[in-house]
Amino acid sequence: MSQADSIHTLSLKGIHDGVHTGKFSVMEATDAYLDRIERFNPELNAYITVTRDTAKTQAVDIDNRIRKGELTGAMAGVPYALKDLFCSEGVLTTCASNMLANFISPYDAHVAEKLKAAGGVLLGKNNMDEFAMGSSNETSAFGSVCNPWDVSKVPGGSSGGGAATIAARLAPMTLGTDTGGSIRQPASFCNITGIKPTYGRISRYGMIAFASSLDQCGPMAASAEDCALTLNIIAGLDGRDSTCMDLPVPDYTATLNGSLEGLRIGLPKEFFAEGLDAQVADVIDRAIKQFQAKGAIIKEVTLPNSHLAVPVYYVVAPAECSSNLSRFDGVRFGHRCENPKDLMDLYERSRWEGFGDEVKRRIMIGTYALSAGYYDAYYLKAQQVRRLIKQDFEAAFKDVDVIMGPSCPTTAFGIGEKKDDPISMYLEDLYTIPVSLAGLPGMTFPIGFAADGLPVGMQLVGNYFEEARMLNIAHQYQQWTDWHTQVPARFA
Amino acid sequence: MAISEDEVKKVARLARLAVPEERLAAYTQSLSNILNLVDQLSAVDTTGVEPMAHPLDMVQRLREDVVTETDHRAQYQAVAPEVEKGLYLVPKVIE
Repeated sequence: MSQADSIHTLSLKGIHDGVHTGKFSVMEATDAYLDRIERFNPELNAYITVTRDTAKTQAVDIDNRIRKGELTGAMAGVPYALKDLFCSEGVLTTCASNMLANFISPYDAHVAEKLKAAGGVLLGKNNMDEFAMGSSNETSAFGSVCNPWDVSKVPGGSSGGGAATIAARLAPMTLGTDTGGSIRQPASFCNITGIKPTYGRISRYGMIAFASSLDQCGPMAASAEDCALTLNIIAGLDGRDSTCMDLPVPDYTATLNGSLEGLRIGLPKEFFAEGLDAQVADVIDRAIKQFQAKGAIIKEVTLPNSHLAVPVYYVVAPAECSSNLSRFDGVRFGHRCENPKDLMDLYERSRWEGFGDEVKRRIMIGTYALSAGYYDAYYLKAQQVRRLIKQDFEAAFKDVDVIMGPSCPTTAFGIGEKKDDPISMYLEDLYTIPVSLAGLPGMTFPIGFAADGLPVGMQLVGNYFEEARMLNIAHQYQQWTDWHTQVPARFA
Repeated sequence: MAISEDEVKKVARLARLAVPEERLAAYTQSLSNILNLVDQLSAVDTTGVEPMAHPLDMVQRLREDVVTETDHRAQYQAVAPEVEKGLYLVPKVIE
């Protein structure tokens, strides 16, 4: 096997070390991934855009700067991808919508800027649910994505293209976003590691907004260590996002090896009740026992209002989306209808033609919930119940250090299976949405395969800004197990 | 709670979405289903609960009162559907 044939099996650190010791060049690493994308993307549809030419230009430049000693950081020379809702300067940024099918972003998102400055090489933009609204990647205007573990199954959503990309090793790292579970659910369906940090940990500047009080960006990769390295680069204050917190960014890799002796893990009884698939429950139980064997203390906790999270979310998220998406008016950028007869016609037809059905449903629900006469019954009520959900977590964290449970009630479902039933799709996210509403950090890491042969992920929830502890816990688990290194045979 | 076709038309107008007549029934049905899901909230006692607009207790950060924005007009208008002499064009509003 030549060097180039095995680059995709390396960790971020492995690639970094390879290009810095001269084992292979940044160009060779970039080419290795571009070749894999060319070979496998047609069957997976995980990328909307492949930035082949700019990637090669960047690779030449970064090779030079590494040779001169100008670039030494952890991301220097490492290829990566971005979910197609991060603005990337000069690159098509579609949000998987016909509304932005021709939108070449005039600027970089904060996180894109950070990765660029760190010497990463952008391979392309990942497919996703349109405007990040969906749990299966089927609402994309650019077609569904296939799950590399079984191409008849969905990869999850909304960061489905990113999850499939990592699972098939078509990039060593990508950035996703999570509003109600959009990093954690696809990570679970695709056997990868992904973290949604605390709301406010990472700047949302240049990240196309869906629901502003919930949206948060986060890394998706094979391992917790790779997520930690990435988070080191993208976390921290940015004045261009007024909700981005001014708190010190720890070195997330420095504490990965901490002991788990005495760690108090809470299991919310509501997450193990009716509705959880028995074969998923088996895999979760087995992993919990492994933590127990390593000295962790398992306690039951209760989140009594968690069953209200999905209804709260389907008021709050559509309300915020209806406001955020009002900027797409066919005037300044994005789709414009042909021959508008007046200004109202221009707005109404441009928006009708540009958005897909799921996006339009949510805009209308949000508009309704915020309209005169309904505001108190829907939006105000949902905000009150949102506080009850947050208080449940605050009470639980008095007794435990972290919370664990399933990321999703089932393994990956079939493409087309839930497409025409939005409600059953919404209920897929019942374990991830409560965490989002509270603004807490949540992650998923691989813990094995269910009886149907499909991957299962563990959801790990930490207290506010305790990402370092969460990454430590997942990393330790990945020292005892090798689930996270497993790749479908076809993509090995 | 079910929503009527007339209400859907009204909401679509507020949201600036031109729903074609033949799609109205399907939208009415799916929006009603979502509102039914959401209606569980009405049974919850929230007396005295302060609404939560935001996950973190934080105050608005203020920046120095200096110019930070530079002129990007040409760059931003390059992606606009129709511009002329630095202005965005729309159909005539005033006759």
